[in-house]
Amino acid sequence: MSQSVMTSQENPGEGMGESPAESHAPRGDGMRGFLASSRSDWLLVAVFAAAILTMPIWLAPIGAGYPDILQKFAIFGIFALGFNILFGFSGYLSFGHAAFLGAGSYAAVWMFKLLSMNALIALAFAIVVGGVFALLIGFVSLRRSGIYFSILTLAFAQMSYNLAYSVLTPITNGETGLQVTISDPRVLDAMFGGVARRGVPELFGMELQGWPGFYFSAVLLILAFFLTLRIRNSTFGLMLFAIKSNQNRMNYTGFATRPYLLAAFVISGMYAGLAGGLLAVTDPLAGADRMQWTASGEVVLMTILGGVGTLLGPVIGAAVMKYLEQIFSSFNEGVLHRTFDFLPTGLQDFMVAITSPFVGEGWQLTLGLLFMIVVIFLPGGIMEGVRRIASRFRSGRGGASPTPAPAGGGH
Amino acid sequence: MDAIILQILNGLDKGGAYALIALGLTLIFGTLGVVNFAHGALFMLGAFCSVTFVRILTISERVRDESVTFFEAYKEIPYLEIWYGDAGKAIVAWAVPLSILLAVPVMLLVGFAMERGLIRFFYKRSHAEQILVTFGLAIVLQEIVKYFFGANPIPITAPPALAGSADIGALFGLPNISYPMWRIVYFLFSLAVIAVVFAFLQLTTFGMVVRAGMADRETVGLLGINIGRKFTIVFGIAAVVAGLAGVMYTPILAPNYHLGMEFLVLSFVVVVVGGMGSLVGAVFAGFLLGILQSFASMTEVKAIFPGIDQIIIYLVAVVILLVRPRGLMGRRGVMEA
Repeated sequence: MSQSVMTSQENPGEGMGESPAESHAPRGDGMRGFLASSRSDWLLVAVFAAAILTMPIWLAPIGAGYPDILQKFAIFGIFALGFNILFGFSGYLSFGHAAFLGAGSYAAVWMFKLLSMNALIALAFAIVVGGVFALLIGFVSLRRSGIYFSILTLAFAQMSYNLAYSVLTPITNGETGLQVTISDPRVLDAMFGGVARRGVPELFGMELQGWPGFYFSAVLLILAFFLTLRIRNSTFGLMLFAIKSNQNRMNYTGFATRPYLLAAFVISGMYAGLAGGLLAVTDPLAGADRMQWTASGEVVLMTILGGVGTLLGPVIGAAVMKYLEQIFSSFNEGVLHRTFDFLPTGLQDFMVAITSPFVGEGWQLTLGLLFMIVVIFLPGGIMEGVRRIASRFRSGRGGASPTPAPAGGGH
Repeated sequence: MDAIILQILNGLDKGGAYALIALGLTLIFGTLGVVNFAHGALFMLGAFCSVTFVRILTISERVRDESVTFFEAYKEIPYLEIWYGDAGKAIVAWAVPLSILLAVPVMLLVGFAMERGLIRFFYKRSHAEQILVTFGLAIVLQEIVKYFFGANPIPITAPPALAGSADIGALFGLPNISYPMWRIVYFLFSLAVIAVVFAFLQLTTFGMVVRAGMADRETVGLLGINIGRKFTIVFGIAAVVAGLAGVMYTPILAPNYHLGMEFLVLSFVVVVVGGMGSLVGAVFAGFLLGILQSFASMTEVKAIFPGIDQIIIYLVAVVILLVRPRGLMGRRGVMEA
């Protein structure tokens, strides 16, 4: 798998040199490219789908084989995939993507309240809201680039967050958060005789809790991944990569880069809206804290951790981060003592004493350190690490044999 | 009229804090070319220097309270007071301004360590990577502070002599305007620090080199000036300025560990509004936004635009960036790419 990832990854880079000439080709070329997939792409998607769907099996040994956390992997994987379309492909660092996540959550919960508990309706609306919201913010923010762009997106996200807490309380229900209640109208459910059950989101009668909930999110993640792959291989994707590598040159050659960037921004906003909607599906509750800028920072970290601009990286980064969060924040002194049980007492106390600031409440400290270590030593993220190890393997063995993939990597 | 003066006063102390943080940010950005997302954390560290100093000064002994007779009561008397009597009492009372003595060397050291240990490796990296690594550092710093001082805000009191309110209206010939004295002290203090920094940059040879560096870093390097060393000192100065802003702010707002993040976001907006690379712009925009914010939180204004106080700064930033891309006083060629 890593092999196919690597080769397909080089495509945009190679294509870039000749892209100005190539992308003058009629747009239909881009459309055809979008629909037709090479065999290696299909293989990649198939392997990815298999890896995602079998996560309950191969992640069980490390204690992540239960639906709640796997669902989180999938949801934040979608969020990071979308963020990567903007930051990874075009190089525009948005520090306000959580606004779209939050908007998606609110939109989904409103659908649960007004129309139906059917998840598809809610998600469709969440995507639309995320996209429209991104269109508005992107239209303004993309007038600037570089750090100005980052600050503008941050400003918009903070505005949304502050407003969600104060003035927009009729829509967002302020600090309490928006919740589904028994007395909500749910027009469609009432019309088609669907009895409003316990207020659990469902898909044609199947309650999306536990395993069904995970598989629902997983299927959407696979679709999102496929779409991202298609985007990257399309002319549109090439344009984004070209903007990243040299926007000035793009402008000089006569391309209006802004429509492409705006499209990328809106697409990534839609991904974020979908992820936010899915969060509401797992737990029909939306709060403003989902919009806070720390949440925006989190998705940046996921993407960086996995590998900016790569296909698999953001998904892996999201999973690793959510996994570490789960592990580290659930540790306490008791668990630590058990972990270091094999050591002599004195050493055990010492180990517990030096590790305890990093776990439980102190998980954020570990997160910060991880953030720094990754940016300092491994700017390419986990994917870069895998590639380095793989290339060392290959040169060590004399080149020819492709290395076995480390299974999509939960680590 | 009274209300307007009061709102301007209200904005001045907050504006002072924004201006000081933004000044340091701009200094670092202009000379080192680094976007420092950990600058808010430096502000927070300064505030906790003050907390530490106050705690050291008030290490106390528990003694029987003789004034209470019908049950056993104890009170805590700081050792300083026991040892030095009234002089000790005065030192304890003036702990916040005195903690500047601790904060300056500590912040200078922190600044040097940060620049030598981390920032200098990022001169050649992209702005995105600088933002990310300093963002990580900010998280680490605030978590360390949280580990030692807990998550709750720690109230600090101003010296009793400055804790009351001043009859500021008398200055303008207007009655009925009184205002907390410490906030006025803070405003004057921030003006003084700003004046010192500007004097340093304008009147010393070192300052001249720094200004030259802000104008054209490469040429200064080519002239054979050891910029690396200068960079470290500039970073140290910026850290001290942010730290001092934090020290004196503690009586206004009880510091907690994420104080820095709140101020950082706003200070960045201030820098961008003032114009990246313009020191005067940073100071000006700091006070401007501080005052605007306090006007927006007037009930009369909120009645017309509900929620405006929550978003006014960001809204102004958006408008200014769209109308004047380089900010109010930004120079051509800074952060254009």
